[in-house]
Amino acid sequence: MSSPESSPYSDTDAAPHGKARATEWPLWEIFIRGQHGLSHRHVGSLHAADAEGAIKNARDVYTRRNEGVSIWAVPASAIAASSPEEKGALYEPANDKVYRHPTFFDIPDEVGAM
Amino acid sequence: MSNALFEYLCRMGDNTLVLGHRISEWCGVAPVLEEDIALANTALDLIGQTQLWLGLAGEVEDKGRDADRLAFHRDVWDFRNLLLVEQPNGDFGRTMMRQFLFDGWHLAQLRGLMGSSNDQVAAIAEKSVKEVTYHLERATDTVIGLGDGTEESHKRMQAALDRLYPFVGEMFIADAVDEEMVSADIAPDPASLRPGYDAMLDAVLAEATLQKPADDFAHKGGKSGARHTEHLGHMLTQMQWLQRAYPDATW
Repeated sequence: MSSPESSPYSDTDAAPHGKARATEWPLWEIFIRGQHGLSHRHVGSLHAADAEGAIKNARDVYTRRNEGVSIWAVPASAIAASSPEEKGALYEPANDKVYRHPTFFDIPDEVGAM
Repeated sequence: MSNALFEYLCRMGDNTLVLGHRISEWCGVAPVLEEDIALANTALDLIGQTQLWLGLAGEVEDKGRDADRLAFHRDVWDFRNLLLVEQPNGDFGRTMMRQFLFDGWHLAQLRGLMGSSNDQVAAIAEKSVKEVTYHLERATDTVIGLGDGTEESHKRMQAALDRLYPFVGEMFIADAVDEEMVSADIAPDPASLRPGYDAMLDAVLAEATLQKPADDFAHKGGKSGARHTEHLGHMLTQMQWLQRAYPDATW
């Protein structure tokens, strides 16, 4: 939904994209909780004039086929994003510390979905 | 009786068919992608309702015509839709004003039909009412947003209202078909829907900073089929083109 000229994250340090076009509605990130889902998941983004419009647009763009039971709309400018250049520093140190990876536990069936 | 019911069902089905086709004309060319998708969704809802209304009309008539036959093999004088819905789209603002003026009536009408003595009519109304509740919400937001928007959008919305308001009255004027439906408890009295509609209209227009035209003149002749505007015939040449060129073609 977004175009290169738009500026989803202009308020954050992470990824400057330039200013939004004057005639363009603000960008919103849409999260939807599915029928059996436990948490809201990011499904995409769209443009809308205000929060109410964003929910309505999300209903039309993302939930036509019975995908969801709850919608969150978040102004894209309110999202702080990590920078791709810092990927190495942020994530790689964990790679060689397997003892931190939570893969050595058996999860009892009674716990259900985690 | 069954003839009046057939007429009445054609009115319901032709309203949704003609308006559904009209707004499908925006598909791919609406001002923003999100509105494009929303309008196409609305069009699909209306065409879905058309299949139910005209399908039932064909059953009631019992001459072997199904919904497709009624939609694509009748000419303009056999259509029974309101004059309002056949009006051309104009700009996006005018399309949304037409939608709002129709949806307000449509929702009240369907709520009335949910209590119909005819079970099939009540069932179709009940299915449609959820879709139309959303149509009205969306159209209302747009009318308020554009009416109370920029100088340009306000001017266009006022022009749209001035142009379309003379087509509002037809929705509330009863004729012999309506009277027969009312006396059989199949449908609500059209005039009984007016006070609620006017109250809704006044509230929304006030918020949208738009002026309701003072003149209550109402064009008539759509739902009786007596006098459609010139626009419906042109629209049907597009909508029915395939069946006119290749009668009974299937795929």
